[in-house]
Amino acid sequence: MAAHAELEAQIDRWRSFVQRRQAISPADVDELEDHLREQIAERQATGLDDEEAFLVAIKRLGNLDAVSQEFAREHSDRLWKQLVLLPETLNDDDGAPPWRELAVVLALAVGAGIAVKVGFSLIENENVFARNLGLLVFPFLIGYFAWKRQLTAYVGAALLIPFVVLALVLNVYQFSPGGSTELLAVLHAPIVLWLLAGLAYVGGRWRSDRRRMDFVRFTGEFAIYYTLIAFGGAVLTGLTIGAFALIGTDFEPVLAEWILPFAVPGALVVAAWLVEAKQNVVENIAPVLTRIFTPLTIVMLLALLGVIAAAGGLVNVDRELLILMDAILILVLSLLLYSISARDSLARPGIFDVLQLVLVVAAIAVDAVMLTAMLTRIAEFGFSPNKIAALGLNLLLLVHLVRAAWLTVGFLRGRRPFRQLENWQTQYLPVYGAWAAVVVVIFPPLFGFI
Amino acid sequence: MRIDKDLVAASATPLVLGILAEGDLYGYAILKRVGELSGGNMQWTDGMLYPLLHRLERLGYVNATWGTSEAGRRRKHYAITQTGREALADRQQQWTVVADALRQVWHSAPRPPAVTEGWA
Repeated sequence: MAAHAELEAQIDRWRSFVQRRQAISPADVDELEDHLREQIAERQATGLDDEEAFLVAIKRLGNLDAVSQEFAREHSDRLWKQLVLLPETLNDDDGAPPWRELAVVLALAVGAGIAVKVGFSLIENENVFARNLGLLVFPFLIGYFAWKRQLTAYVGAALLIPFVVLALVLNVYQFSPGGSTELLAVLHAPIVLWLLAGLAYVGGRWRSDRRRMDFVRFTGEFAIYYTLIAFGGAVLTGLTIGAFALIGTDFEPVLAEWILPFAVPGALVVAAWLVEAKQNVVENIAPVLTRIFTPLTIVMLLALLGVIAAAGGLVNVDRELLILMDAILILVLSLLLYSISARDSLARPGIFDVLQLVLVVAAIAVDAVMLTAMLTRIAEFGFSPNKIAALGLNLLLLVHLVRAAWLTVGFLRGRRPFRQLENWQTQYLPVYGAWAAVVVVIFPPLFGFI
Repeated sequence: MRIDKDLVAASATPLVLGILAEGDLYGYAILKRVGELSGGNMQWTDGMLYPLLHRLERLGYVNATWGTSEAGRRRKHYAITQTGREALADRQQQWTVVADALRQVWHSAPRPPAVTEGWA
């Protein structure tokens, strides 16, 4: 066979090329390959060499676009790929029954529900419960990835130690009840936990930019799936409450006591599983949404800047507005991340990249206005944990956006590859986690747990 | 002589069904048989045969089973069904009518008029 190694390699390349056509199933490729090999064998019998025989056979097979169009016409359903949650055939290598993953997912989802329910009934103090909520739910999500990725003990330890530290900090610190450092810790702990989940998601290969980008994609899709599940759940419970109310039964206690404590954390695990399962099935939704919302967000940011300019700055505004604008900036950042994660890094600069640059520049302008307002407030009213946390976040965002804008300009002018812009996003992500950890761990003692 | 594309397409279904009526075959062998029957004049784009076979399978005219070739590769064999035989008989009648009509009209006017050059 060694004599035909080049031919085999050519057939392999052809196979993988054909397999990319959605309308042609793997079985069809087998059938076409059998045909191709017969044709080659016959040409060889008439005296052609491997190369010539292959070329003739390919030529006779016809234009792949036209053939795949014919396949698509016959199998239009294949263009709508089906989500296969339970693969029909057993995996030869591990022999795991197909329902095992479903069983693990359901067990973890129920486990998350039980943890929240038990935590809720054991922890009397609402604030203490709020601090611990993430700690109750995330182990199950992380556990799913740990199971799925077969994490090594080393990675397991890398996950467990920060988790334990976080749990200790959140429960040992003597927060003054309802103080701002406590609220900040409650808000920032999930960010740390989410990045720990990311570490489990990438299977410990956190140095790999590609895997990190996968986690960004995962986060976007996860947010959308979770929202869809939540929306479906809301419709279902709404209808149930309505029906029970008409019958004369009050359903709300059951909902609050039993359904929500199980459904909300359980859906977290289920959403993660769905995103994993559908990875290769449908085009991701997040990039589609970014295409719609990037132009709209630009309009919104420009309107916001216009209003701020008309009002003569942000110095006297409500701090609520500052918080809201932080949320807007985080949304812009997510848009940026998801559109970058979805872009083909080899494609040439296009109109959408220009739009993205406009978005980033508008966001930088908004951020600059906010930073000015914050610094003015700090100069006027002095430091507070909230102000420093917000200031820190805005500085991080500023650095992220400015560098992204710089790299985008370089890319648009053809001076830099897109890859650099991509890597900047993934390399910068852990900084947010580190900052969140600082807010949770260092802020409370620094500000005297107020 | 090249046969017009539309004519090849129109005759593809009855031809494949007719070949399968002679006995079960796989894709490549069907194409070889087409070549033999037409003296090499009917050139199909090989790849197009398979969507056609899948359509016939969906219509219930043929049955497909996976087997293995002499070389040990996976190979899909096609066999005509009873519905397929009925469809074939129906197509045969249609083609007989068409061929008959053509023969008659060519018999009464054996040569087509020469194309006049330069008409606008």
